[in-house]
Amino acid sequence: MKFTLGWLKTHLDTEAPLGAVVDKLTAIGLELEGVEDRAARLAPFIVGHVVEAKPHPDADRLRVCIVDTGKDKVQVVCGAPNARAGMKGVFAAAGTTIPATGTVLKSGAIRGQMSNGMLCSAREMGLGDDHDGIIDLPADAPVGRPFAPVLGLDDPVIDVAVTPNRADCLGVRGIARDLAAAGLGTLTPRAVEPVPGKFESQIGVRFDFAPDIENACPLFVGRVIRGVKNGPSPKWLRDRLTAIGLRPISALVDVTNFITLDINRPLHVFDASTVAGSLVLRLAQPGETLLALNGKEYTLEGGETVIADDDGVLSLGGVIGGESSGCTEKTTDVFVEAALFDPVRTATTGRGHQILSDARYRFERGLDPAAVIEGMEAATRLIQELCGGEASALVVTGKAPDWRRSYALRPERIHALGGVDVPLADAIDILGKLGFTAAHENGALAVTPPSWRGDVQGEADLIEEIVRIWGYDRIPAIPMPRETALSRPAITPAQRRARDARRALAGLGLVEAVTFSFMAKRHASLFGWSDPRLALANPISAELDVMRPSILPNLIAAAQRSADRGFPDAGLFEVGPAFADDTPAGQSLVACALRVGQNGPRHWGADPRPVDALDAKGDALALLAALGLNIENLQVETPGPAWYHPGRSGVIRLGPKTVLAQFGEIHPRVLAGLDTKGPATGFELFLDRLPAPKAKASKARSLLKPSPFQPVERDFAFVLDAAVPADQVIRAVRSAGKDMGAGAQIAAVSVFDVYQGKGVPEGKKSLAISVRLQPTGRTLTDADIDLAGQKIVAAVAKATGASLRS
Amino acid sequence: MNEQVERIREEAAHAIAAAASPAALEALRVSTLGKKGQVTELMKTLGTLPPDARKNAGAELNRLKDELAAAIEMRAAALAGAELDARLAAERLDVTLPPRPHADGRIHPISQTIDEMVAIFGEMGFVVAEGPDIEDDFHNFTALNLPPEHPARQSHDTFYLAGAEADIAPKLLRTHTSPVQIRTMMTEKPPIRIVVPGRTYRCDYDATHSPNFHQIEGLVIDRTSHMGHLKGCLIEFARAYFDIPELPVRFRPSYFPFTEPSAEMDIGCSRAGGELRIGAGGDWLEILGCGMVHPKVLANCGIDPNEYQGFAFGMGIERVTMLKYGIPDLRTFYEADLRWLRHYGFLSIDTPSLTGGLSR
Repeated sequence: MKFTLGWLKTHLDTEAPLGAVVDKLTAIGLELEGVEDRAARLAPFIVGHVVEAKPHPDADRLRVCIVDTGKDKVQVVCGAPNARAGMKGVFAAAGTTIPATGTVLKSGAIRGQMSNGMLCSAREMGLGDDHDGIIDLPADAPVGRPFAPVLGLDDPVIDVAVTPNRADCLGVRGIARDLAAAGLGTLTPRAVEPVPGKFESQIGVRFDFAPDIENACPLFVGRVIRGVKNGPSPKWLRDRLTAIGLRPISALVDVTNFITLDINRPLHVFDASTVAGSLVLRLAQPGETLLALNGKEYTLEGGETVIADDDGVLSLGGVIGGESSGCTEKTTDVFVEAALFDPVRTATTGRGHQILSDARYRFERGLDPAAVIEGMEAATRLIQELCGGEASALVVTGKAPDWRRSYALRPERIHALGGVDVPLADAIDILGKLGFTAAHENGALAVTPPSWRGDVQGEADLIEEIVRIWGYDRIPAIPMPRETALSRPAITPAQRRARDARRALAGLGLVEAVTFSFMAKRHASLFGWSDPRLALANPISAELDVMRPSILPNLIAAAQRSADRGFPDAGLFEVGPAFADDTPAGQSLVACALRVGQNGPRHWGADPRPVDALDAKGDALALLAALGLNIENLQVETPGPAWYHPGRSGVIRLGPKTVLAQFGEIHPRVLAGLDTKGPATGFELFLDRLPAPKAKASKARSLLKPSPFQPVERDFAFVLDAAVPADQVIRAVRSAGKDMGAGAQIAAVSVFDVYQGKGVPEGKKSLAISVRLQPTGRTLTDADIDLAGQKIVAAVAKATGASLRS
Repeated sequence: MNEQVERIREEAAHAIAAAASPAALEALRVSTLGKKGQVTELMKTLGTLPPDARKNAGAELNRLKDELAAAIEMRAAALAGAELDARLAAERLDVTLPPRPHADGRIHPISQTIDEMVAIFGEMGFVVAEGPDIEDDFHNFTALNLPPEHPARQSHDTFYLAGAEADIAPKLLRTHTSPVQIRTMMTEKPPIRIVVPGRTYRCDYDATHSPNFHQIEGLVIDRTSHMGHLKGCLIEFARAYFDIPELPVRFRPSYFPFTEPSAEMDIGCSRAGGELRIGAGGDWLEILGCGMVHPKVLANCGIDPNEYQGFAFGMGIERVTMLKYGIPDLRTFYEADLRWLRHYGFLSIDTPSLTGGLSR
């Protein structure tokens, strides 16, 4: 909402300087968006007297002018048709920046004649579209002084953000009222004398609404003014409108804009001669059309509130008028409309047809139901003042809805909710200045909001009114009382696990990314997306049109972007949501990691190798271990889901039902579908599926009983079918027995060599295993160790058919 | 005898000094002190001497034996030292070479900021609550006092999901974290103190808007919390978060359908010279919206507004992260550019806490 300080002062009697006004606006909730002191911006542009204007010797359309700038006389070459000797214009010296173009004026020769400055047009000054000539200043303009005050351009423009509840502040008077309540001056008295009707309006008005939709237009006030003479508005009105960025059109149109902005009362003016018969207010029929004032033709869907005559739709009520009934320079009789339109229907119409108008903006926020006739009278007076004419009696159809209601305000609630002590007398005074009436009733106040405050709907709203005018800065800040002396955990074990997952993965050298929850459907489809309910109805682009079934595609795409920038090796992870359906249960929290390229940079001491499925498995198991799982209880099965390499992927299970994670190298076909190259390997770990950490009564660990006896390492080389997973051999070793003799236990099993080739039969592989035996009762003898070895070999042979390599 | 002893002493001393290797020294030891060595052989002849001479010669031989053993040992130590020196000289490693690579990961600034915020609000008794990203109309709008025709709904630029059945409002992506307020109030009894960090979505994409971003929501419901507590809570938060004890703050009246009274909080900043500095100068920067929970919202959740009240606030996580850490462009948060992540990200050991220091 833009207005000028001068305009504000027509409603607010105040001596407050601009700075105080703008500070107070923000303090009471009318947030300052900007203040433009145009006088300062236009200061370099001065009044110049054109003392001589001769034709340019080498160009027909140019003139060579001598301009008296007050200090000296300057030669300027000017192309404007109205440049002439004796006129006063706006002079800009070389070095001045032209507002509209941002260019800096330079001295130079134009067709051989020196030009040391410019005589400016309104458009160049950013003051309008008039490009036909240079600004023609009045003869009494003081030469050498800034031109802005001469044209009334020195009035600062204030722009405030009006919150959607404050429809009443979409008029300058509403803003003045708030400032007055906040002690910044006094609201000027205002009384609009009704204009007596000289005759009855020849245009009648009729409502044609079904009973259940009468609220579409509860009140319509109209009047004919005949014998008007339309033409340009007077300067004061044009200046007001120009200052806030509106283009003056004609007196009749400018009056409607002015009344809208001044007292927040939208109006419409029909050329009465174009109205066929009477006006009817009704809902549109589907397919009716309207050529609107913005030059666009609208086909109505049906249900819009329209003002129609015998020939059809003239106007979309509360949204926009029609071209056919609009006023022109030739208009002599007008029909002025002031009405109330239903906010919801107005909003629906405006949104449906994508029409943003000052009227719609106001009607959809709700207008003062008691000020319709006053607005009409104010408009009538201004039209008569500017255009003459005589007014008919009012045509009033319908009636204003009853807006009177009252709410109990318990004085103690001001502090209980607002946290500040406002003396009751001050609270009542604030309410009074805002237009509320308050009466004592049963120990509370019965407060009636004014007609223009439809947003106030209860005690809390009243308290807000009092406290915001009293000042939020006067509310003492109080620390939050603590319920316990020490702080307690703020996160649940599950939330802690998500946090730990991030820090554990970062500890593994992976870099955390945060990517969008949506992605391209063609990418998502490669990762199992199929539920059409997980597509967006209004995506921002086709590249972001479905909810992600997996985080992997986003990380793969990011890694490819990195590779394109010259960083082919990357390790990324993200902990975030993935979506299986559109219910809350369909959203899961996934820790996803991806490694691409080589496992490290080229290095003198360690050759890098391409990343593979076991890198991903290692990351996944390290994460599971960090999250407190005993990874020896987990099973790895092959293969993983379809987006992984079928021979180089797997799932990690906890028990037969729960897949905790899936991992592996990304399927080359999937990589191609994502326009990337491999190798890429990753995992998806489903954090919600991890067993809930047990709440333990004691944090004590089990007692450590280190054995005093020397452990023994023994190596075994097995030959077995190449297809047998190594895991089976390891499990067989572990299962060889709890007691390997002398209380010895199998403390560790590791695979230290896998070999296929010469010396091993075709289709077989050699697997070298190291087993650590830990005695607990006594030191192991050679016989003990031999016996343990036999048990291990037998167990492995039984489980896998392996034999010891000879 | 004496002559022989003297000769051996002299020859052996020369030979020991000349021994160039431990092996040569060992051969020398064998040839002098070994079972068939010169000294041992002489010992064997002692029996042939008369008793007096035998005694003197025996003592002399033993002295020789001890002298030679000591000399051999000394020479052996010298040879071992020289050998070690030679080995070390050969083992020289160019320690200016780069060490074996070690990758250190990073935590994304959004995650780090959430951890920082939880550390602060946790100290004020808040616990973290969460809710689904795909929401329904009721939790995202209606229960928050935003009925279908409410004009403020337009400003939310809501993403809707496809595939809605007729007459059923389509599912949507939550436009704010506020639906978690509703879910919490409908399932938990006051007193409530929660913060809700999470993903949010709006159909808007330009230099200062991302279609997917993060908010943190706060909610306090009890019998007594009022705007003074709201101010106290948020001022403490802002000063702790930005680590500026005297950070200027102000609260302005504003409007949200779900709070009444409503406010926005600004922090002091300076924009001198085109550089934004938090905590200094005469300018203000909005960081969050807040207010007392609207009685209708309480009632919508089955909480009696005559008995309970409280406040709520909501803040953009990226925005305050950008302000605190000087990150210039919102869009870069989601690009997963490794250079950006390494530069603006945090080490895994940077776990924020108020007692250990929120940030470095």
